[in-house]
Amino acid sequence: MVDYVSSLSIDFSLIYPEITLLLGASLILLSVFSRQLGALAPGIGVVTLVLALGFTAAQWGDQKAGFAGMVTCDDFGTMFKGIFTVASFLTLLIAHRYMKVRGIDKPEFYALILVSTVGMMVMANSTDLIVMFLGLEIMSIPLYVMAGFNRRSLESNESAIKYFIMGAFASAFLLMGIAFIFGAAETTNLRRIAADFSYIAGHFGVYLYAGIALIVVGFGFKVAAVPFHSWVPDVYQGAPTPVTAFFSVAPKAAGFAAMLRIFVYGMAGADALTELFWILAVLTMSVGNILALRQDNVKRMLAYSSISHAGYIIIALVVGGSDAVSAAIFYLVAYTLFNLGAFAIVTHLECRSGCKSDLPELSGLAGTNPYLSVALGLFMFALAGFPPTVGFFAKFYLFAAAVKAGFVSLVVIAVLNSFVSVYYYLRVVKACFFDSPSAKPLTPIRMVPSILIVVIVTAVGTLGLGFFPQRLLELSQAAIFAFL
Amino acid sequence: MEHLILPLVIFFPSIGALLLLLVPERQADTIRGVSLIVSFVTMLLSFAVYYWFDPVASGMQFELNQLWIASVGINFHLGIDGISLLLIVLTTILTVLCILSSWRSVTKGVKGFHISMLVLATGMIGVFCALDLFLFYIFWEVMLIPMYFIIGIWGGPRKIYAAIKFVLFTMIGSLLMLVALIYIYFEFHSLTGEYSFDLLQIMSMQVPYQAQLWLFAAFALAFAIKVPLFPFHTWLPDAHVEAPTAGSVILAGVLLKMGTYGFIRICMPLFPEATIAYLPYICILSIIAIIYGALVSMVQKDIKSLVAFSSVSHMGFVMLGLFALNQNGVEGSVMQMINHGVSTGALFLLVGMIYERRHTRMIADFGGLAKVMPAFSVFFMIVTLSSIGLPLTNGFVGEFLILLGAFKANVVYGIVAASGVILAACYMLWMYQRVVFGKVTNAQNEKLSDLSPREKLILVPIVVLIFWIGIYPKPFFERIEPAVKDVLTKINGARLSSADDGQDAAQMFIDESKEISTVVIDEGVTADE
Repeated sequence: MVDYVSSLSIDFSLIYPEITLLLGASLILLSVFSRQLGALAPGIGVVTLVLALGFTAAQWGDQKAGFAGMVTCDDFGTMFKGIFTVASFLTLLIAHRYMKVRGIDKPEFYALILVSTVGMMVMANSTDLIVMFLGLEIMSIPLYVMAGFNRRSLESNESAIKYFIMGAFASAFLLMGIAFIFGAAETTNLRRIAADFSYIAGHFGVYLYAGIALIVVGFGFKVAAVPFHSWVPDVYQGAPTPVTAFFSVAPKAAGFAAMLRIFVYGMAGADALTELFWILAVLTMSVGNILALRQDNVKRMLAYSSISHAGYIIIALVVGGSDAVSAAIFYLVAYTLFNLGAFAIVTHLECRSGCKSDLPELSGLAGTNPYLSVALGLFMFALAGFPPTVGFFAKFYLFAAAVKAGFVSLVVIAVLNSFVSVYYYLRVVKACFFDSPSAKPLTPIRMVPSILIVVIVTAVGTLGLGFFPQRLLELSQAAIFAFL
Repeated sequence: MEHLILPLVIFFPSIGALLLLLVPERQADTIRGVSLIVSFVTMLLSFAVYYWFDPVASGMQFELNQLWIASVGINFHLGIDGISLLLIVLTTILTVLCILSSWRSVTKGVKGFHISMLVLATGMIGVFCALDLFLFYIFWEVMLIPMYFIIGIWGGPRKIYAAIKFVLFTMIGSLLMLVALIYIYFEFHSLTGEYSFDLLQIMSMQVPYQAQLWLFAAFALAFAIKVPLFPFHTWLPDAHVEAPTAGSVILAGVLLKMGTYGFIRICMPLFPEATIAYLPYICILSIIAIIYGALVSMVQKDIKSLVAFSSVSHMGFVMLGLFALNQNGVEGSVMQMINHGVSTGALFLLVGMIYERRHTRMIADFGGLAKVMPAFSVFFMIVTLSSIGLPLTNGFVGEFLILLGAFKANVVYGIVAASGVILAACYMLWMYQRVVFGKVTNAQNEKLSDLSPREKLILVPIVVLIFWIGIYPKPFFERIEPAVKDVLTKINGARLSSADDGQDAAQMFIDESKEISTVVIDEGVTADE
């Protein structure tokens, strides 16, 4: 089946999107030397991402392996590459205005986003644990810098240092896990591990499972699964808001891409994985939701909510199989849309001076900005999983996959969790629509086209895909094909 | 045209809501006018449905079955029978009346209010038309959001608490319903190899008994919260009292019916064995609701909360009638759903009218209104009597049949429930007496203006309905009858088969159904000879 001759070949067409992004990032870095060129950085970023999306789309349907079997091109990876590109694109649009207002509009920022996206693509694309690790590091190091990008702000610095120390720790766990697996399997290539899995598990089970556990810790950190979540609230709150938006979707999706590839495709035969992920899923969604209940800061609330959403997606890892993978992909696409939409609005509001995104600052927003409030309400209802938004259909599809595989009790727990989540999402709606404006309202600001585009695109996507999920459903069902 | 009429009735209000987006907020009267016209046209459309509806045919009419989300087998399947038909007409009539009644009382955020009302109408009509369980769920949830805003923005002093409580209570039920729904979907797949949420197809499937018990519980919880059945009723007084008049009317008039409608459309035909197994518990809870609701109503100082608690009692009657599981009881309870929508809706409208004048709803603040507001007092009298169930008014027809059905099913239930009628007379008439009769004790009441032509226009159709149903209910029963028969055939079939399999359903029903089955077998033998 596996064509090793061609897979040994160096086939650059496999990594056109990555190359494009790297070239774009280099161009931006070169432009740092001149103020006029520096102003072009966001434009270069946008063009690069559009090109990368084009190359990614062109890869759809291809099934190839190359670079000694370390990199593949399959629909699973391509779908994720699409998600990363779109998320980066939207983040870039959100960020531009915010960075200007805060006086931190440096060209490097856009280069960092692009490089980080390259890392995610490598993670989603590779079938080798070491290359995956490389991807993780390429993704994470720019993220550490981005978290601390507002270098005059104490919180931003705290955020960066916290994220870096915890992240480095998690990377070490991951690397240790890979080392254990290499010890057991004599290879880091997932394809070969999958082929000999029963033999490896039979003879070197201890090392294999120790390795698996350590890998779960490493990726659990990246996707913010409980109990590896403690960094999330502070990092999310301290980082510049567009960066937080990026954190909450893209690295999470990348982490899940890697986990799905390793555990659903590569090590589907492993025992106890189901139980392990079951506990992880229940803990993650419950703890995230319960802690979100009392948050009075919108960014912090969204941080905890992102933990709980990770919990729902872990259900796909519990269930395994193609239904669950396509449900997870659907969920991630939907979540990327409405979460970025919510963050776009929060970012817009934070462009006002002195705004910290505390809930009371939103009170009476419906009076001054009715359309913005309706959009924010829409995103909150989508996050809570109300129909007819895509948030509902994503949950439905995921839960259906789990019920089909017989995990009814897990679904009941998940459903009760989404019930709890309704309360804190509705608190935002309540502040906007029901509360009377605070005594000294913040000065209103003008909407800028870049953020408006994001809000419109995500809002239309959230509603439109809610009414007509068929196309996205077909895409995510096609994307289950992973070429190992 | 025929198969497009239902989507038209459902989505016409939403199209109107989109139209309203174009009208600037300042032109409040234009907004009110557009929304009134839209809801009026919707009502006319629903009358057209009523006119074209074939009263004698059994099964679903005006069916429309369109692929929606093909890869998971979800269809846009609509269709109505007599039960849905009457509820749709009730919904569209009440929506028009509500928009009329909000003409003067809603002054801030007029645009948002009317958009919410119209979207709400779409959700409610959709629930009554949906024949695909997924679609049903979508409509069921969709109407939550506008109602949340109606209570939360235009409500009374404790509106935020009431709005959130309303949403959370409804959500917990409907989320468990979602799990049950997904479970049935795969159960159907494992039996037939097809993925479908189609209610009619699923109805033909035999769900295993043990699964039925769980599934019934999940669906019944969602519906019982909506009805609300006794211990799940605590959201109702808050939501009804805090909601603006239009919100209360829609809540009492239509939203509560969605719960009982869910029982008769989904729970009973899909899980007949479980219906029989749970029957005693639900009957007892209904009776508790009847008595409890009535007793609590009696001690209310606020007219609106009195009406709210009386809803608990009346809906208890409806539930008891449904679970009497005989033609009289079920027909009566479907009729009573309509009656309660009309009478209680009217009571909330009347309370809203005096609230607009006096800005209080306390019974003690009134007295002697008969002298200052004679027209109001007459309308109030008629509606009060219909709510009590006086002969010749609509309430009598429904309650009488329900009690008849209850007596047939179980004499004790019948006797205890009948006492609820007496209690209803006590609290309603006592309230009426304190508000309307006697001397004008409060000086502020002396200058109250009587009903305006607009308000009379709102109340006249209600009075017409009260007497029409009370005196000549035949056209309505004609349309309900085939639908009710369909449901009961399904349940009686289950009684027979449960006796055959010897399953341990409630013992009393086994005994009863064994008798029936012997009769049937005897008949079969004679027929063969």
